[in-house]
Amino acid sequence: MSKPSVGTKKRDFWWMCVVPLYLFTLAFILGPMIYMVAVSFATNNPSGYGFQWIFTLENYLRIQDPTYLQCFRQSFELAFSTTALTILIGYPYGYYMGRLSPKGKKLMMFLVMVPFWTSSLIRLYGWLILLQAKGVLNGLLQALGLIEDPIKMLYTYPAVLVGMVYALMPFMILAVYSSVEKMDWSLVEAARDLGASPVKAFWTVTFPLTLPGLLSGVILTFVPSMGLFFIADLLGGNKIVLVGSLIQDQLTRGSNWPFAAALAVLLMAMMTLMIVVYRKVTHVSELEGRL
Amino acid sequence: MKTKKLKFSTVYLWIVTLITYLPILLVVIFSFNDSKLTVSWKGFTWRWYQELFRDAALMEALGNSLLLGGLSCLFAAVIGTLGAIGMARVHFKSKGMMEYLSTLPIMVPEIILAMVFMAFFSLIGLPFGMVTLVIAHTAFCIPYVFMMVKARLVGIDKSLEEAARDLGATPNRAFLDITLPLIMPAVVSGCILAFAMSFDDVVISLFVTGSTLSTLPIKVYTQLKTGVTPKINALCTIILMVIIVVMFVWSFLRKEMDQSKNKPKK
Repeated sequence: MSKPSVGTKKRDFWWMCVVPLYLFTLAFILGPMIYMVAVSFATNNPSGYGFQWIFTLENYLRIQDPTYLQCFRQSFELAFSTTALTILIGYPYGYYMGRLSPKGKKLMMFLVMVPFWTSSLIRLYGWLILLQAKGVLNGLLQALGLIEDPIKMLYTYPAVLVGMVYALMPFMILAVYSSVEKMDWSLVEAARDLGASPVKAFWTVTFPLTLPGLLSGVILTFVPSMGLFFIADLLGGNKIVLVGSLIQDQLTRGSNWPFAAALAVLLMAMMTLMIVVYRKVTHVSELEGRL
Repeated sequence: MKTKKLKFSTVYLWIVTLITYLPILLVVIFSFNDSKLTVSWKGFTWRWYQELFRDAALMEALGNSLLLGGLSCLFAAVIGTLGAIGMARVHFKSKGMMEYLSTLPIMVPEIILAMVFMAFFSLIGLPFGMVTLVIAHTAFCIPYVFMMVKARLVGIDKSLEEAARDLGATPNRAFLDITLPLIMPAVVSGCILAFAMSFDDVVISLFVTGSTLSTLPIKVYTQLKTGVTPKINALCTIILMVIIVVMFVWSFLRKEMDQSKNKPKK
């Protein structure tokens, strides 16, 4: 880095600063992670609690069972739909927010952040009140005469989807907003001056420039949506079993830790792959943005 | 400048914002509802707030959550801030890997972190309770502080510290008098974020807490699964108020940070 050479003399002091971080990370993150990978190759004790240190691949082979594959498929489907919907709603939101006056930006930022910081449970609870059979939404629709009998809204797939989109929307909005904020608008003006229509200017200039933001928004929504099992749990009853709920179930009721560990390792491998791909892609588009 | 015509963008922003607030508002409204069911409006009452403060179990859970958030925040602040400062100045080969590992807790799904901790704590024979909760929460609080301070260190003007050195300050003195005050807003804002995350966490707490200890989110979660009383609404409303106050403090800090960041440039 551009540090003056005088500073490096005192390196021994700065070295001490990172010690707590190194120790904590090694002891409580790397250690446990390695342990989990090891457990995923251990043999489960069929007679009950615990497992034995006998190497086996059975835990991974067991995932091929159609029931579990279905679970992975469902998780991916839900994560995809969630991400698609957050883009559809969140991108325009972040974009419009980035075009507001500084005062407007500040206000909207505040309005976006309050729900984001509000306990996810409080917000889920709000949806429970809204969607339940004798809930507010059904009451409203009945009062308006649009429906006669209450519609079953809670404990359905759409309810889970709504809950997920709602919980993850702020990530998308903030990611898009930050890239719109940083954008050089003179480029759009230049395109317009050269005769591009607003739509064309958007797709050829604005959109590619905000793509890194959009992609980080995608990662920020896609990755958590694979693991947010309690939304599916509360809003979907027990009909929608996601990988997260499956892991939880194996840990508690199933008490099959090696299998739960194998599921977790597989899920993590998939996530890491996605993050690596994302890093590659954004790196490229960031370079493009600079050119 | 301002056009009186209602723009589509404005309408869109407000509609989405209103929908975002609708569930939260419902929780607040029903905390004043004179009925055990959150179904229809039966009149105004303060009763749930009174009952809330008389509920010893909920109050204890609240106390646990505050203690847990405070402790994890404190540890995360120390480890994360020192780590970010140190990382900016050392050149270890393992640096990149370590940075990746230490931010891993907020990258992986919560359920995985939860199971990793649960398995690990039972391996080393640590009794489940406040200690395990604090370790687990510290783990996912560190990245927030670390990343905030790291970003701030990149943003501050290096010439300030160099100027202090030129005027004869020792490196330690220059650091304490110049750099530390400059990164303080980032430390505080990282801490607030970390506290909010700790105070809100269900999944990880659910796995690493013992059978006797309960945090507020765990209490709320189990009630949501079994049956809620409007006491929870009252509690949520109070938490919401606290969050809004904290948000004001935070946005104030951000403003301070932005100002001190922009000054040297202009």
